Amino acid sequence: MNRPIVDARGLHKHFGALHVLKGVDLRVAERELVFVIGPSGSGKSTLLRCLNRLEEPSSGSVVVDGIDMLDPRTDINHARQRIGMVFQSFNLYPHMTALGNVTLALRKVAGKSRASADALGKAALERVGLADRAGHTPGQLSGGQQQRVAIARSIALEPRVMLFDEPTSALDPELVGSVLEVMRSLRESGMTMIVVSHEMGFARNAADRVVFMDEGSIVEQGPPAAIFEHPAHERTRSFIGQIQQH
Amino acid sequence: MIQTFFNPEIIAASWPIVMAGLRNTVLLSLLVVPLGLIGGLILALLASVKNPALRWPLMAWVDFFRAFPPLVLLILLFAGLPFAGLELGGFVCVAVAFFLNTGAYYGEILRAGIDSVPAGQVEAARSTGLSRLQAMAYVVLPQAVRNVLPDLLSNTLEVVKLTSLGSVVAVPELLYQARQAQSITYNPTPIVVAAIVYFLMLWPVVRLLSRLENRAFAGR
Amino acid sequence: MRGNLDRFVDTFFNATVMLKYLPDILSGVVVTIELALFIVVTGIAAGLALALLRSLGIRPLNWLIIGIVDLFRSLPPLVVIVLIYFGLPSVDLSPSGFVSTWLSLALVLMAFSEEIFWAGITSVAKGQWEAARSTGLSFGQTLMNVVLPQAFRLTIPPLTNRTIAITKGTALGTVVAVTEILGQASSAMSNSYNPSPLMMGAAAYVVLFFPVVVAARWVETKFAWKR
Ligand SMILES: Nc1ncnc2c1ncn2[C@@H]1O[C@H](COP(=O)(O)OP(=O)(O)OP(=O)(O)O)[C@@H](O)[C@H]1O
Ligand SMILES: [Mg+2]
Repeated sequence: MNRPIVDARGLHKHFGALHVLKGVDLRVAERELVFVIGPSGSGKSTLLRCLNRLEEPSSGSVVVDGIDMLDPRTDINHARQRIGMVFQSFNLYPHMTALGNVTLALRKVAGKSRASADALGKAALERVGLADRAGHTPGQLSGGQQQRVAIARSIALEPRVMLFDEPTSALDPELVGSVLEVMRSLRESGMTMIVVSHEMGFARNAADRVVFMDEGSIVEQGPPAAIFEHPAHERTRSFIGQIQQH
Repeated sequence: MIQTFFNPEIIAASWPIVMAGLRNTVLLSLLVVPLGLIGGLILALLASVKNPALRWPLMAWVDFFRAFPPLVLLILLFAGLPFAGLELGGFVCVAVAFFLNTGAYYGEILRAGIDSVPAGQVEAARSTGLSRLQAMAYVVLPQAVRNVLPDLLSNTLEVVKLTSLGSVVAVPELLYQARQAQSITYNPTPIVVAAIVYFLMLWPVVRLLSRLENRAFAGR
Repeated sequence: MRGNLDRFVDTFFNATVMLKYLPDILSGVVVTIELALFIVVTGIAAGLALALLRSLGIRPLNWLIIGIVDLFRSLPPLVVIVLIYFGLPSVDLSPSGFVSTWLSLALVLMAFSEEIFWAGITSVAKGQWEAARSTGLSFGQTLMNVVLPQAFRLTIPPLTNRTIAITKGTALGTVVAVTEILGQASSAMSNSYNPSPLMMGAAAYVVLFFPVVVAARWVETKFAWKR
């Protein structure tokens, strides 16, 4: 792997007495899609949140696109613009329109004028197929549409990496497809992505690499076919067995 | 009865005095409501830092002013401070007392509003690069204020009513002026007029509030 | 620096003055407590009575109740006190300052507590009424055994807050010569040309009301409606 765009080494995270990450190393190449699976409580969300420092790692290092995220001299707000994040519960701002959600950081962090922020915001909404919903508030949108607006909010900032934390888990089954569709097109445009999800079908045909986490450590990783068909570890095997029963 | 409480001649004679009082009550409210809101915002922002070292002092500050009668605070400033060589005058005393007293109440309301906004909102904002302060200003506060609007309005009503305390330290607001007119005319009519003016001015707010409150209760 | 501090203490916490006027302040404390208890008991009882009357659903009566409640929510308490104290003598009723303050603040508390009780009663779902009545409970039994217990839970936090805010208003009595804490402290201050009695009075209020506020906060979290 020549210079990885995400380079996390020896990450540990404690919540009080709870040891949630136990020395995780994760390197992600440019344009790679890494899919993270693992049982509930294994630390997947915590790992993602350490990458953009929503959570402060207890020790270890995180370098994203050459920027040391844990260096106190790093302008964290500037750095975070290059790392998009999509949440399970969308977290759209309910008091703003879809366009308002997408343009807030463009105006306040990137310092764009309202006109150019609006133009960029509309283009981002176009990419997720919601150009016609720019004036709607989150309450007027379906769950799938809300999640696509949330994706637009991130991609409008032209991030170098996108983090997805169970982006489809809160959606009704019939709405999942539209969100996965957007994620697939993002991948095709060359976006580097780290995805925590239970959508195994998506993992099989879109992921470059699957990472299995358990109890705060990466147990094994490899191409989707290898992990799903021939897991090397017993824990991986039983987890995949459980998932596939559904 | 009408001659006593609603004497037309006395109404006519005291009208300009009482109206001057009304004007001052409105001006005073326009000063002390923003002052209280600023005080409250400072307290709520400090509380939102969630620093345990700040938690107890802030709570004690708020509870102190919830316990302390505003009139006593006002008298303390007006009659007590001169002994320390600090003579502030009735008007400034009212402003300071309201900043402290109503600031504590507004602060408690705004804090509850901020707490009512889900943590995911801040996380989403921070993940797009907004600073802590920007996330507060553009994402959290607008939602917080909307969530506690009835409480803010209700407190504002109380603040406007509380401006009548100004009469005790010779600030020429509505009640003070009415009492002046009463002592000149030896007739309670001016005070009745002042009461009617207060009622007409604040009744619409009371109506609105009881509708909002009933809706809030029913929504639970 | 030392001299300044001494002078400050000597002015604001003068031991001689404090000792001399301590009995006055203490008698003020007694008056404040009496006044507060009278206001709380009568005000809340009257408010509850009005709310129960309102639940009978008699139209003209309800309008009257709403009118009274709105009136005393709109008027500043001090205005009500002044009106009763200075107004009623003109019709040959001369309530004392104590009675004027008591009556005024009880009316104000009545208005606010009626509103709170009423909101509590209406928030109890209609299905609760119907379920209880269908088992043969009377109107009164349903009210007492089913509706009010649920309503009280909702009303306690706003009611305690409002009661504290209005009870603190006993200090307003000083405007109509009630010899409660502030009144005693003020006259002691002008007699002694020294602010120490006022500091004592202020301390007395804190001692009286601070525990109540802390207790209210505790009650508030305990009874907070789980949403
Ligand atoms: N802020 C926090 N404070 C304390 N404990 C936390 C906190 N956040 C997470 N944890 C704990 O850390 C552990 C890992 O949590 P994490 O959310 O990373 O798991 P996950 O793999 O994402 O699980 P899921 O699949 O359920 O989302 C859990 O035991 C969780 O309870
Ligand atoms: Mg998770």
